[in-house]
Amino acid sequence: MKILVCISKAPDTTSKIAFTENNTKFDENGVQYIVNPYDEWYALVRALEIKETIGGNVTIITVGNTADEAIIRKALAIGADDAVRIDAEPNDAYFTASQIAKYAKENSFDIVLTGKETINYNGSQVGGMIAEELDLPFISLATKLDLNGTTATLEREIVGGVQVVEVSTPFVASCAKGMAEQRIPNMRGIMAARTKPLTVIPVSSNEEFTSYTSYTMPDAKSACKMINPENMDELVALLHNEAKVI
Amino acid sequence: MSTIVYISSNNGLGKSAFEAVTYAKKMGEDVIAVTVGNADSNVLAELGQYGATKVLVDRNANSDDDQQITKVIASAVSSTSANKVVFSHDLIAKAVAPRLSVRLKAGLVAGAISLPSTDGGFSCKVNVFSGKAFGNVTVKTENKIISLLPNSIQPEITGANCSVEDFNGNAGDSKVKVLSTKKPEGEISLPEAELVVSAGRGLKGPENWGMIEDLAKELGAATACSRPVADIGWRPHHEHVGQTGVAIRPNLYIAVGISGAIQHLAGVNGSKVIVAINTDAEAPFFKAADYGVIGDAFDVVPKLVEAVKKFNASNN
Ligand SMILES: Cc1cc2nc3c(=O)[nH]c(=O)nc-3n(C[C@H](O)[C@H](O)[C@H](O)COP(=O)(O)OP(=O)(O)OC[C@H]3O[C@@H](n4cnc5c(N)ncnc54)[C@H](O)[C@@H]3O)c2cc1C
Ligand SMILES: Nc1ncnc2c1ncn2[C@@H]1O[C@H](COP(=O)(O)O)[C@@H](O)[C@H]1O
Repeated sequence: MKILVCISKAPDTTSKIAFTENNTKFDENGVQYIVNPYDEWYALVRALEIKETIGGNVTIITVGNTADEAIIRKALAIGADDAVRIDAEPNDAYFTASQIAKYAKENSFDIVLTGKETINYNGSQVGGMIAEELDLPFISLATKLDLNGTTATLEREIVGGVQVVEVSTPFVASCAKGMAEQRIPNMRGIMAARTKPLTVIPVSSNEEFTSYTSYTMPDAKSACKMINPENMDELVALLHNEAKVI
Repeated sequence: MSTIVYISSNNGLGKSAFEAVTYAKKMGEDVIAVTVGNADSNVLAELGQYGATKVLVDRNANSDDDQQITKVIASAVSSTSANKVVFSHDLIAKAVAPRLSVRLKAGLVAGAISLPSTDGGFSCKVNVFSGKAFGNVTVKTENKIISLLPNSIQPEITGANCSVEDFNGNAGDSKVKVLSTKKPEGEISLPEAELVVSAGRGLKGPENWGMIEDLAKELGAATACSRPVADIGWRPHHEHVGQTGVAIRPNLYIAVGISGAIQHLAGVNGSKVIVAINTDAEAPFFKAADYGVIGDAFDVVPKLVEAVKKFNASNN
């Protein structure tokens, strides 16, 4: 089974969020980047589990610049076999997806996995776009993936319930919680990652559909109004008269 | 020019469908709703009340197949010469909207929370960095797709039922086979809920959720929980809100016995009003809340239930 896992960088969740250049750019100063959790914990680990049971190869791919090689090494340390970096700043979902799709087309994979979303832009776009470029089915927000030969059974959460679907390989899926358990890389993995192949590819087109033109911070919350625990009538009155939510 | 709104109708029409049509109507062009599956035409006609001039329904396409739905919408776009498509940002939109974006070469705003602004280009506001900031996405392409975050706009009735027409979107064969679907059981769906009562590990055990359900029932609210509570199986997984769970933005979020960790707040900080109930005056939730009660949930929540009952009785 040849599996391609798309990994993206994301700022550590505790990072301070600030913007520069007149609120048009994310301030990377002091920001620690991690592998986007959905990509690492769910997509990558499930791909490795599949490889460990039925054999095959797990390639990771990222659209990013040289600095992103740190997250690539982390993913290799967890167990991916080889890595591809497409050398560009990923500013638009279509731009990112079209680069990955081109590579996937040229190197034919049985399964392409992405995370549910990146935790910085939360768009949930790249996986579906890759699938359309490749003309493959896309199972979004899968929480379970089992393979039987070339038939895959996937579960996904629908509002208040669960749906089970079946597709044949090749297909694209985005991975959400439930798919696998986080793995911590061990020393052997970290050592091995240093010598695993990393191919750097130039961009193939510069077409972008969208751009982030500015950012704003939410208004600072006014201080929390404390209510006497003995006086819940007051809370209800405030929710009705002041907050007007009930 | 017209605007197409894709509606998922397999469970009837939810509030998010009315929101999406209202949103499209406010964009100012003729609104055509498109859906697939076998929803009752009399139900679909209600979309007219929110501004749709007609509903096109492809009854042959599989409502769970993102490739088929994408083809149906693309056919509808070309036969109506629409240049904008609106979705509600749900599970189906998360699969279909990106596909359609590629197919139509149309930039996608995923999770819009505002109407588009057209001065200096076409742009919409979205949440970024797990709700810690807002971004303005500018769409550079001729065709445009907007996937609207639920509860960002109030549905508005502006008209009457509209016509519902059968439509053949040439969806092709389905490559996805649905083996089983566990349908939602009539409860209020969390992403659509206007009021949410949520509880965390401070409740000590699943047997203590009765008072949370009572409060939710009195308010007409949905219930939610923190991640550890879902992980240890006290509550079902679909109730888990936060960075790794569902992101919600109700009008009112009541957090009981939840500390307010940053990963939890990431899923709820879009709420208009937050109430935190916690024994610990130092709990981080009080920094994110509008109203706080320092006290034991086991005393405070039953009192709050009584207060809401009294309020409901006097308002009827
Ligand atoms: C990468 C990552 C992702 C995560 N994603 C999520 C996520 O999506 N959602 C999420 O919720 N968490 C998430 N977490 C976990 C998060 O960091 C917290 O651990 C979690 O939210 C804590 O849950 P809690 O507040 O219910 O429990 P606790 O932290 O144990 O807090 C319990 C609270 O209850 C209060 N309390 C105790 N007794 C009472 C009482 N009798 N009455 C009233 N109050 C009482 C306590 O003072 C305390 O504040 C994530 C963590 C990581 C590392
Ligand atoms: N720059 C990137 N390089 C590789 N994969 C990416 C990149 N950006 C996003 N992805 C993948 O696409 C998924 C969805 O991202 P998004 O559409 O940004 O929410 C992520 O979880 C990754 O698996």
